[in-house]
Amino acid sequence: MSNDRKNTQMSQDFEAARDRWRDGYDKQLPNEKVRRNRSGIEVKPLYTPEDWSGDAYLPDLGFPCDTPFTRGIYPTMHRGRSWTQRQLIGLATPEDYNARMRRIVDSGATALSMIPCNSVYRGYDIDEVDIEIVGTCGTTINTVEDMETCLAGVPIGDMSIALNDPSPFTLLAFLLATAKRRNVSWDRISGTSNQSDYISHYVANHMFFRLALEGSRRVFIDHVEFANERLPMWNPVSVVGQHMQQSGATPAEAMAFTLASAIQYAEDCQRRGLDVDQFLPRFTFFFDISISFFEEIAKFRAGRRIWARLAKERLGAKDPRCWRFKFHAQTSGVDLTRQQPLNNIARTTAQAIAGILGGLQSMHTDAYDEVLSTPTEAAAKIAIQTQNILREEAGLTDVIDPLGGSYYVEALTDQMEEKIMAAFDEIEAHGGMFEAVRKGLVQEKLGDSSMDFQRQVESGERTIVGVNRYQDDDDAIPVRPLERPDPAAMQAQLAKLAKFKADRSNADVDKALDALARACGTEGDNVFARLVSAAEAGATHGEMCACLRRELGFGQPLIAA
Amino acid sequence: MTTTTAAPESSVPAAIAGLSRPAKVMVTKIGLDGHDRGSRLVASFLRDAGMEVIYTGPWQEVATVVNQASQEDVDCIGVSSLATDHLLVPKLMDALHAAGMDDVVVIVGGIVPDKDERMLLERGVAQVFHPGCSRTDIVEGIADHIVERRRKLGEV
Repeated sequence: MSNDRKNTQMSQDFEAARDRWRDGYDKQLPNEKVRRNRSGIEVKPLYTPEDWSGDAYLPDLGFPCDTPFTRGIYPTMHRGRSWTQRQLIGLATPEDYNARMRRIVDSGATALSMIPCNSVYRGYDIDEVDIEIVGTCGTTINTVEDMETCLAGVPIGDMSIALNDPSPFTLLAFLLATAKRRNVSWDRISGTSNQSDYISHYVANHMFFRLALEGSRRVFIDHVEFANERLPMWNPVSVVGQHMQQSGATPAEAMAFTLASAIQYAEDCQRRGLDVDQFLPRFTFFFDISISFFEEIAKFRAGRRIWARLAKERLGAKDPRCWRFKFHAQTSGVDLTRQQPLNNIARTTAQAIAGILGGLQSMHTDAYDEVLSTPTEAAAKIAIQTQNILREEAGLTDVIDPLGGSYYVEALTDQMEEKIMAAFDEIEAHGGMFEAVRKGLVQEKLGDSSMDFQRQVESGERTIVGVNRYQDDDDAIPVRPLERPDPAAMQAQLAKLAKFKADRSNADVDKALDALARACGTEGDNVFARLVSAAEAGATHGEMCACLRRELGFGQPLIAA
Repeated sequence: MTTTTAAPESSVPAAIAGLSRPAKVMVTKIGLDGHDRGSRLVASFLRDAGMEVIYTGPWQEVATVVNQASQEDVDCIGVSSLATDHLLVPKLMDALHAAGMDDVVVIVGGIVPDKDERMLLERGVAQVFHPGCSRTDIVEGIADHIVERRRKLGEV
C-alpha cells in the first residue's frame, strides 16, 4: 500500500470511529445545552487531533525558555526553582507587623510583602481619617520611622520585598530612606512595586491615591526611570490583571486589559527615551486564578505566547529576558463563599493547582476565612501549607508544562489567544489602554461581564456549592473572625505620629515638599527622586500625597452603574 | 453620582408595585475602601426592580450621605462594605438621628462579621446582607422595608 493510500485509509478509520462515538454520545445526551467557559468559549465534550494536531510543535509550543514561550519562561521551571510563596501580610501597627514578620523571617523566609492600611491607599495619614477603621486591613505606615519599626531586625539587603505601594510610591521612598539610615546600599534593595499599575486602580478597585490619570502617568514613568538608574535589583512595574478579573472581567478580558496596560506603560517609557532592553526585564505581572481550571491554565499559556510576541515585535526588545512573562498569581477571593466556609480550602486548592500548571513564578493562596473577615493566622497557615502540600506531596513540579500536548488544553490555549487578542485589538482601536480607560470603555466592559456572571449564578446556570446548590441549613461558621486592633494601640500610634511631627525639622520638610511641588511642574525633574528626599527629610505620607494631588490634579474615577 | 430609573415591569416586586411614588434608594460606600463590584451590581438589581437608584460611588463622607439622602428624600440607604468600613455605620445612624431622619431605612451589605452584625442591628440597621445572598433576597428584603416605612408614613 502506498503512503497516500495508507493515509486515506487512516483518515477514513478516524472519521468512522469519531462518528460512532458521536452517535453514542448524542443518543445518551440528545438535547445537551452548549457549555461555555467564563470567557464565553464553547467547551466541547471531547478534543481530538482535529482540534489540535501537534504538526506545528515548534511554532505553537517550542521548548521552555524559547520562542514562543508557551511551555514556560525558564529552562527548568519549577524543578529548578519552585514558585515563591508570597503571602500578603498587613497588620495594624508597625510593631504588630514587625512581630509577625520576624517570626516569618526566623522560619527561613527570604521574601516578604507589605500591605498598608486603607488610609494609606487613599493617600492619608491616620490623623486625617476616622480612627475606628484604621489598621483593620493593613499596616499604618505614614513615616520613615514607621517603616524602620516594620523592618526592625529584618535584613533588608537580603530579602525580596514586595510593597503594595500604589502611585506615588511613598512606601518605596520610606524603604530607601530606611536603607540609607542603616547604611544598606540601594544596589541591594530588591523586590517589586506591586501596585504600580495605576490604570487598574483607576478602573477596577479604585484603591489609589486619587491622583488624576495624567498625574499618575507622570509619577509612574519617573519611578521607572529612577529604578532604572538607581535601583538595579528593583522591579518597578507590576501590571495587575487581578484587579480587572476581581472586578468582573472574564479571564480572557483580564489578560487582554493587562497586556494592553503593559504596552501602554512600555511605550510611555520608550517615549520618555528609556531603553526597552533596560526597563522591560523588570516588568512583572499579577493575575487572579479563578476556579475555572482549564481556562486559567490556557489563559496563562496564551498570555506567555502573546507577551513574547509583543515584546519582540512591537516593542523591539532584543534582550531575551524582556520576552519572559513573569507573573505572580493569587487564588480568587470572588469564588470563595461565606456559606460553609471550610469548603473554601478545596476551592483554593483547585485554583492553586491551575496556577502551578499554568507556570506561575510566585503565588498567594487565600485563607478560607477571608470572606468572613481579615484572615486569622490559623487560616493563613492552612493557605501556606496548601502550597507546600501541592509542591512536596502531589508531584506537581516534576514535569514542565505537564498539560502541554493535551488536545483540549492546546486547542483552548489557541482559542483563548484569539479571544484575548480580539479584546486587545479593540482597546488598541480606541487609542490604547490610557485612552480606552479615559473614555470609560474598560469600565463598561467590567460592569457588563460582572452582571453576566451574576445572572448565570442567579439562573442556576453556574453552580456555586452551598450557595445555589447543595445548600446546608446548618452552615454555621466554625471560625472566629480576627480580633480588630486594640483601640488603645491605635491611639498610641496617633500619639507617635504627633511626636514624629513635633520632633522633625519643619524647615527641612517644607523645603523638601516645595522641591517636590516644583518638580511636578518641571520637565526633566524626577518627581519620585524628590519624593525620596522628602521622605528622608521627614515628610509624612499624607503630606506628600496632598502635595501631589495639589500639583498633579485630583482624580475621581468614572463611575458607571 | 448617577440617578437612574428603569423597569421591566415583570420584575417589580409586588410589594412596591402599588406605591404612590417610586421607591427610592441610595447605594453608597462610606469610608476608605474602593472595591465597588458589589455595590454596582446591587444598584443594577434595584434599578431593574423598578426602584429609583442614586449611586454615589465609593469614599463618601457620612455628612454628605445624610445631606444627599435628605435632599433626594430617599426611602433607604444601602451601605456596601468589604473592608471594615461598616464600623462607620453607627456614625451614620447618629447623623441620621440628628437630622431627624430616623425613618430612613438603613441596609448594610458585604463582609460583616456576626458580632458586628449584632451591633449594627442594635444600632437600628434594618438588615445586613452577606455574600452569597440572592438578588431576590436583596430586592424583596429592601422592598419590604420600604413598604413598611411608607406604611408608617401613612402613604400605604
